[in-house]
Amino acid sequence: MARVGVLALQGDVCEHTSMLERVGAEVVAVRDVEQLDTLDGLVMPGGESTTIAYLLTTSGIRPILEKKIDDGLSVLGTCAGLILLAHEILDGRSDQWSFDVLPLSVRRNGYGRQISSFETVVEVKGVGEVPGVFIRAPKIETWSDDLEVLAFHDHGDGEHPVLVRRERIWGCSFHPELTNDDRIHRLFVDAL
Amino acid sequence: MSSLHDSSIIGSALVKRGLADMLRGGVIMDVVNPEQAKIAEDSGAVAVMALERVPSDIRRDGGVARMSDPEMIQGIQAAVTIPVMAKARIGHFAEAQILEALDVDYIDESEVLTPADEENHIDKWDFTVPFVCGATNLGEALRRIGEGACLIRSKGEAGTGNVVEAVRHLRTINAQMRRLQTADSNELFALAKELQAPLSLVQEVSLTGKLPVPLFCAGGISTPADASLVLQLGAEAIFVGSGIFKSDDPERMAKAIVEATTHFRDAHMVAKVSTGLGAAMKGIEIASLEQRLAERGW
Repeated sequence: MARVGVLALQGDVCEHTSMLERVGAEVVAVRDVEQLDTLDGLVMPGGESTTIAYLLTTSGIRPILEKKIDDGLSVLGTCAGLILLAHEILDGRSDQWSFDVLPLSVRRNGYGRQISSFETVVEVKGVGEVPGVFIRAPKIETWSDDLEVLAFHDHGDGEHPVLVRRERIWGCSFHPELTNDDRIHRLFVDAL
Repeated sequence: MSSLHDSSIIGSALVKRGLADMLRGGVIMDVVNPEQAKIAEDSGAVAVMALERVPSDIRRDGGVARMSDPEMIQGIQAAVTIPVMAKARIGHFAEAQILEALDVDYIDESEVLTPADEENHIDKWDFTVPFVCGATNLGEALRRIGEGACLIRSKGEAGTGNVVEAVRHLRTINAQMRRLQTADSNELFALAKELQAPLSLVQEVSLTGKLPVPLFCAGGISTPADASLVLQLGAEAIFVGSGIFKSDDPERMAKAIVEATTHFRDAHMVAKVSTGLGAAMKGIEIASLEQRLAERGW
């Protein structure tokens, strides 16, 4: 059974936890450095990226997690989690940092403020149509060729990736954990 | 709810409740200007509530408390990247329409402002932007959800720095939910009548044991220990009003309350962040109050 951590500093931790349990993973809530040991994978949930980044620093998790990711830990980041994994953050705080492990630039609230938050259907490569819940969602604006794009969405301004992967690192603009469809979590856990 | 150019839908219950889900485990701070908003964001707040006066000042000044000046709300929106909430008076749907036009991320139909309608709350289904409402008990919470609220907070007694009322409201809501869970289906009709709440929501709570929307805590939280207390009582996130910017060292207090909210079960951590914080806001004994804000709304 795969042991998957959910970064539990802030955000929709319990939705990810129940999804991961549904697809057969053993789930660990990660609030401290010690809880990072012996994980096969880690989910960075939705929430506020500035808050999670702040708490990653104060908890001392940041440098340890950086090392674990370097050493090959698999990570799935949704929404705020995607921002934390991005190479470049647009419209963020001037001092906003990230783990810089996905070769893309992402614009915070790129799909607009809450009033523009939306639900749609996303076609995921090899999976089919999944519900896409975008909440103050980050928009991937530029991306490198060695990024595998598993799903695009066109919101009236051309196609932008919304589910991407580079080797062990996965990023998602929307919130599969808020729906009843567990196929994206299954995809991540099956690849561990 | 409406359609966009493609098959997308905005303003659905899922996206409205979804933002509240994203705020879980966080601290929403009252701020009265862009400088305070920056301090809140720097200290790890998940959102700010933009208002002209914090509740303790509203209480002190008296008079009619209304929606804030749009210029002040926009100044705060420009200053931070986190969600910005703002308050409308109970029943004042025109103030809510203005706040929606300003693109605020959440509207608080709040008893802290002077009510504009003594019988009706706002029909919140009518809006694309989500609403949070206060409640003192389960019936009140379910009535607000029936009207379309996507997030419930305890009312507590705002502006007092005294957490006792928030504790009372959380305990009441939890006890009433436990009662519904142990009731059989025949009893739910009478219980819905007793709670004065929509039957379908009473039946849902009876099955799930929790509200259909997140439950946060507001009203009187002023220390990291207060945060830990209400989170252990089942609140999923907290609103802090006067407690931060009426303390001796707002930035330190804000950071300490954020840490205590994340690590609320870790007493060593809460002890560490509580150490040498300086004075919390002075606070008021509830029995000495002339005006109980929690009694506004029904």
